[in-house]
Amino acid sequence: MILNLIKKELLLEFRQKATIGGVLVYIIGTVFVSALCFKGKLDKPTWNALFWVITLFTSVTISGKSFFKETGGQALFNFLHYTPQQFIISKIIYNMLFMLCLSFITFFFYVFFIKNEVENMGLFVIILILASTGLAGVLSLMSAIASKASGNFAIMSILSFPVLLPIILVVIQSSKQAIDGIELAGIGFEFLVILTSLNVLTIALSFILFPYLWRD
Amino acid sequence: MIMKHWYKIISVFIIFYTLVWGLLNPVPRLDILNETIRNVYYHVPIWFAMLFMMLVSLIFSIKSLSTNKLADDIKAYNAAVVGFFFSIPGLLTGSVWAKFTWTTWWTFQDPKLNGVAISILIYLAYFILRFSIDDELKRARISAVYNVFAFVMMNVFIMILPRLTDSLHPGNGGNPAFAKYDLDSNMRMVFYPAVVGWLLFSFWLFQIKNRISFLNNKLDD
Repeated sequence: MILNLIKKELLLEFRQKATIGGVLVYIIGTVFVSALCFKGKLDKPTWNALFWVITLFTSVTISGKSFFKETGGQALFNFLHYTPQQFIISKIIYNMLFMLCLSFITFFFYVFFIKNEVENMGLFVIILILASTGLAGVLSLMSAIASKASGNFAIMSILSFPVLLPIILVVIQSSKQAIDGIELAGIGFEFLVILTSLNVLTIALSFILFPYLWRD
Repeated sequence: MIMKHWYKIISVFIIFYTLVWGLLNPVPRLDILNETIRNVYYHVPIWFAMLFMMLVSLIFSIKSLSTNKLADDIKAYNAAVVGFFFSIPGLLTGSVWAKFTWTTWWTFQDPKLNGVAISILIYLAYFILRFSIDDELKRARISAVYNVFAFVMMNVFIMILPRLTDSLHPGNGGNPAFAKYDLDSNMRMVFYPAVVGWLLFSFWLFQIKNRISFLNNKLDD
C-alpha cells in the first residue's frame, strides 16, 4: 500500500514536466543569485551558513507544498482507500527522497557557482542526508497542518521555521566540522546522534498526530 | 471562601514577601554577579511559571485531542496566552541581568537565549494558526496537533541543545551549576518560596482567563 502511494506520487511528479523543471530552475536561480550577491567570495562560516539557508528555503518552498494538492475528490479517494498511518508514512518517505535529490542538486550547483569548501566529504554527505530527511519529515506534517488552515501559503513558513531551527542549528554546527576537515577523533558524533534521533522523533510524532488531521 | 481562594492569597503574600525580602536579605558576594544575584528571585521563577503554563497548555491540547471537547482547547489556548505573557517579564529581567553581567542586552553566544526566542516564535505561530481557522472544531484539532509537535521541538531546543554547546548560563558548558549560587541558605529562603508563589500566581491568571472565555461563550450563545 505504502509502495503504491509512493509510486503514485512519483508518477504525478514526473508527469507534470513543469514541476520538475520548475524545481531545477528555482534551485539554480537561488544559488546563482546568492553567488552574484556575494560575488563568489565567501569565507568558510559564511559558505556554510549560506548553503543551509538556501537549503532551508528551498525545502520549505518546494517540499512544503506536498499536501496542498490533496484536496477535494483526491482527498476523499485517499480517505476511503488508505489508513492515515499508511498515508503519512508514504508522504514522509516520498518527501525524504525528493528532498534528498533537492539538496544534492543544490549542493552540486552551489559547488559549481561558488566553490567547494568541504574537506571531509564523507561526513558532509552523511550530514546532508540526515538533514534532508529531517527537514522533509518535519515539513510533511507542517504541510498537512498548513493545508487545513485556509490555504494561506505564508502560514507554511510561519509554522515551519521555528520548529525547523533545532535541526538547522545542529546541522550547521556539525557541517562546520566537515568543512574544517578535522580528524576522526575530533568529530562530534553526538551531533549525528541528535540528528538521527530528531528524524526518528519527527516520524514518530507524525505517525501519532496525523490521524487527528486526517478527517475533515 | 477560604477553601476556594487559598492559593491566590498565598501567592500574593509570597510574591510580596520575595519582592521585599529579596532586596533586603544578605546575599553572597560573588565576582561579576555582585548584587545582581538577587535577580535569581525574579528571573528564574518567572521562567518556571512560563514553562509551567506551556506544560499546562500541552496537557490540555492532548486532552482536547482525545476528548474532542472545545472547553479543553480553549483552556490550552488560555494557558499558552498566560505563558506567553510571562515570557515578556522573563525576557526583560534576563536582558537587564545580561547587561550588567555579560555587558550586552542580547547575545547570540547563548543557546538558551536563542531557544527562548524560538519558543516565543513558536507560540506566535500557534496563535496565528488559530486565528486563520474559522471552524471551531477544526481549529481545536489542528492547533492541538501543532501545539504537541511544537512543544516537543521546543523542549529539544531548550533542554537538550544548551547542554551540548557552550552557554553563559549557569550549569551549562563549564559554568558553575545552579546549586552553587543557591547553596546559601539565606537565598534558599527567598528562592523556593518565589518559585511556588509565581507558579500559583500563573495558575490564578489561567483561571481568570478561563472564566472570561467561559463567560464570553455564554454571551455568544
